[in-house]
Amino acid sequence: MGEEVPRGRQTAPEPASQQAISAEIAAIHASEDGRALTQPRLDFAPYRSSVLRHPTKDLCHADPESIELAAPVFGHRDVDPLEADLTIQHGGEPIGERIRITGRVLDGDGRPVRGQLVEIWQANAAGRYIHKRDQHPAPIDPNFTGVGRTITGEDGSYSFLTIKPGPYPWRNHRNAWRPAHVHFSLFGTEFTQRMITQLYFPGDPLFALDPIYQSITSQSARDRLVAEYDHDVSEHEWLLGYRWDIVLTGAHATRMEQEGDNA
Amino acid sequence: MPETQPDSPYAAESTRVPTPGQTIGPFYHYALPFEGGEHLVPPGSPGSVRLHGRVTDGNGDGLQDAMIEIWQADANGRIVQREGSFRRDAGVFTGFGRTSTWRDGGYTFTTVEPGPLTDGAAPFIAVTVFARGLLNRLFTRIYLPDDAGALGGDALLASLDADRRATLLAQRDEDGSLRFDIRLQGDRETVFLRFPRHEA
Repeated sequence: MGEEVPRGRQTAPEPASQQAISAEIAAIHASEDGRALTQPRLDFAPYRSSVLRHPTKDLCHADPESIELAAPVFGHRDVDPLEADLTIQHGGEPIGERIRITGRVLDGDGRPVRGQLVEIWQANAAGRYIHKRDQHPAPIDPNFTGVGRTITGEDGSYSFLTIKPGPYPWRNHRNAWRPAHVHFSLFGTEFTQRMITQLYFPGDPLFALDPIYQSITSQSARDRLVAEYDHDVSEHEWLLGYRWDIVLTGAHATRMEQEGDNA
Repeated sequence: MPETQPDSPYAAESTRVPTPGQTIGPFYHYALPFEGGEHLVPPGSPGSVRLHGRVTDGNGDGLQDAMIEIWQADANGRIVQREGSFRRDAGVFTGFGRTSTWRDGGYTFTTVEPGPLTDGAAPFIAVTVFARGLLNRLFTRIYLPDDAGALGGDALLASLDADRRATLLAQRDEDGSLRFDIRLQGDRETVFLRFPRHEA
């Protein structure tokens, strides 16, 4: 199953109940009341795998320099336009609800991130990944791999054709289930904007129960990971449309140039 | 004298609130790592260097499911912004590398040592770390260890005490390789960075 406890010298304690995990989540959220953090906590014990994998020291302030103010460049040498369609990678149609996910990648000042790489990966409609470590006994779909890539347009837009992923169980605690999600990997115009996140679907009943999603302690910040159903993106007798804009952290280089202009 | 950093020009708030990050999870291997991602230059090519290390958790155990990306200038200190990382042409350096750790937490890149971007600057390689169990990406820097004068003038290094500073310096192996361990937690925990306009 998903995110297992690493084998080896760690002896797994009796897994916690959902009730216990939910109580831990509630206690941390209550302790953060009023702090509008936009990013997940790195130290979030209800997500058991984070316990030994979060830094204990404060992140160290650094002003970005040189290489950090630039970003790797990807283009059509790297990515074929067909890679944005996850439904045509095999001989037949994948099983599931056909959807389009589209939106724009923006920087922290609202400027479109043009011509930059977006990568996604996801489970199939039954909640199974094509990954050797995924042992969830749900069917593999021979017509679905669940990997896509694209390059954003001039307006920062991206669009993927795929199927809606299913929720899946994992071993964080007893009867633990991840809400359906699509992983997104993003670059900006500078390396400081690099990020990986997950898109969720509106109205998922698993949101409140999921320690990965709830590691973002602000409701308004959590809401930013939920795509919006957009009927204007849906296509007649073909697919349902979801819209999701992604905002990267603010760029620095442009701000310096602007300050230079004003000087 | 190293510059101090309180008067950062980046203090202004973002006009848009950034989208939160989430963990890379355990199932990215078939999606993100790509063939040749760890070889920024062909192994054995003139000027190439092996950059290797281990990613460990708070128990000192290796992470078998971390992903490391590096981004760097070329040997002349030039920032090359050129596509082609995913389908590398031998001899075309893009400055970007990506690899995932092995079962023992080890990783290896083949690259060139970046030159200084400005005269006297301490050359470093920019790094991001992703892993199952790590709820958001971490940034750090791998400084080349050899130029003590340049390292002494670096603003970030000057802001750290000696123990912490040491975690950002690659070590030179006897065979000339560079070793850089990434310790997410605990003894000699690696210094990870927060840039202006990043929130907690």
